[in-house]
Amino acid sequence: MYKLKYTIASILKYLSLIIATLVVLIPIVVIIFASLKTGQEYATSNPLEPPTNWFNFANYSKAFVGGKMLLGFANTIFILIVSIIGATLIGSMVAYILSRFKFRGRKLLMTAFLLATLIPSVTTQVATFKIIDFLHLVDTRFAPIILYLGTDIIAVYIFLQFLDSISESLDESAMLDGASYFTIYFRIILPLLAPAIVTVIIVKGVNIYNDFYTPFLYMPSQDLQVISTALFKFKGPYGSQWEVICAAIIISIIPITIAFVSLQKYIYNGFAQGSVK
Amino acid sequence: MFKNMSYKNQRKIIIIAFSLIPVILLFTFAYLPVINMFKYSFTNWNGYSPEYKWVGLKNYRTIFTDPKYFTVFKVSLYYFVATFVQMGLALYFATILSFKVRAGNFFKGIIFFPSLLNGVAIGFIFLFFFKPDGTLDTVLQYIGLGSLTQGWLLNPNLINISLAGASLWRYMGFNFIIFLGAISSVGKDVYEASDIDGANKWHQFCHIILPSIKRILQLNLILGISGAISAFDIPYIMTGGSNGSNTFVIQTIDVAFKYNKLGLASAMAVVLLFIVIVVTVIQRLLVKEGE
Repeated sequence: MYKLKYTIASILKYLSLIIATLVVLIPIVVIIFASLKTGQEYATSNPLEPPTNWFNFANYSKAFVGGKMLLGFANTIFILIVSIIGATLIGSMVAYILSRFKFRGRKLLMTAFLLATLIPSVTTQVATFKIIDFLHLVDTRFAPIILYLGTDIIAVYIFLQFLDSISESLDESAMLDGASYFTIYFRIILPLLAPAIVTVIIVKGVNIYNDFYTPFLYMPSQDLQVISTALFKFKGPYGSQWEVICAAIIISIIPITIAFVSLQKYIYNGFAQGSVK
Repeated sequence: MFKNMSYKNQRKIIIIAFSLIPVILLFTFAYLPVINMFKYSFTNWNGYSPEYKWVGLKNYRTIFTDPKYFTVFKVSLYYFVATFVQMGLALYFATILSFKVRAGNFFKGIIFFPSLLNGVAIGFIFLFFFKPDGTLDTVLQYIGLGSLTQGWLLNPNLINISLAGASLWRYMGFNFIIFLGAISSVGKDVYEASDIDGANKWHQFCHIILPSIKRILQLNLILGISGAISAFDIPYIMTGGSNGSNTFVIQTIDVAFKYNKLGLASAMAVVLLFIVIVVTVIQRLLVKEGE
């Protein structure tokens, strides 16, 4: 009796997992199918029918060239690299002084950073836009960069948490050797923060790569499109050519898929740490 | 050059040098917008002309009296309900995958994967999914439920359920991975001890897993609630807010940039910010209580 109950539970468990897998995969797999079909084939087949020629990449080249996706990737990578380096430096500097020095205003500074996480940036966009406009940064790559640096406090958190686990005796012994605070930061703290930096790169990297709202609002011109806004532009001109849109979707998710498969463990950890504020 | 300076002086310099830029950025892009937003919300500014008038509470009165503005909150309810379903599913999968399961890593990866995709790609994937003769209709026909096919995004009674479904597909994996991390932080010996005591899986769930992730569950639930109130990406990309799928954030952005009523839009944003802050403060209090 116990055994029977156990078997049924086990079957239900695997059944639910298989259903979940299908629910996740079917919507994506049909996009891959459609992206490999010719226009005529797409019109005459249903979404679940696989393409006749698995190596028909015509839609991909059409999407890649027509949608200027290379430009999208270039802009995304530029914004990503500058923002991540900036966030790492700024975040680790603030975290360093907050965790190592007890100065007047420290509490205030700490609270200011904590409190800022309460403000969802989507609600203040109306006013933020005016500030970016005032600084003449609208329609430049620096609009999203400066927003990713200034409003995303998550890096400070991750570094602060990590610095708590780095013993201060390391700093002290370096001071006995006559190292300056700057040397201690650059030579001891920054290298020791490497695991936390990986977390910051992953959490910020995924957020920035996937952000649609900021580039859409602040960089309307085509030359500055990033991968998500490049993809969004397919909605108009290719509205009736779903097979091309599907190819564009797949192009946009290939890099993140590769990153996921190769960095799985770090990504899980990164998300787990980055989420618990 | 710093080598010859006393540590006391170095300290002063490094504190100023390392906090100057971050503080300027923080003030300019996190606090100044909030301050300005409050100011704009009492004006009739259109966003570009050099002049504007103070109108007092008129904008707020408009939001709460003109049905055009406050009915959009009803749409949040769909995302709100979806959040609960999402948490339930995430908790279920996190629980079963925290025990030994064949191909566990594969299932873990699959369930988490959607939360890494960008909103535009997901929006398009689900436009394809819900369109007439799209993925959903075809699947229904294959499994003999062809009679259920319909305009999932055309029917105003269904559109928000469809969109909330897409949103659930997108975010469930994120909650799942957080729950899984929290559950796996419970030591193996605890389960082993309870096995010896004759506890079944249900007992283990109620008495070990649930208490150990209570805090993180509350946190995610309330984050989910403020997420539901500020839903934007999916409905904006998929429908642009048409057909009764308009959310408060889409409405705010349209009022500000399409209709050039920056004053009114600011008041709407203040209302939204206020709701989100209330929800977050409740969360912090609950978390404190749980500790």
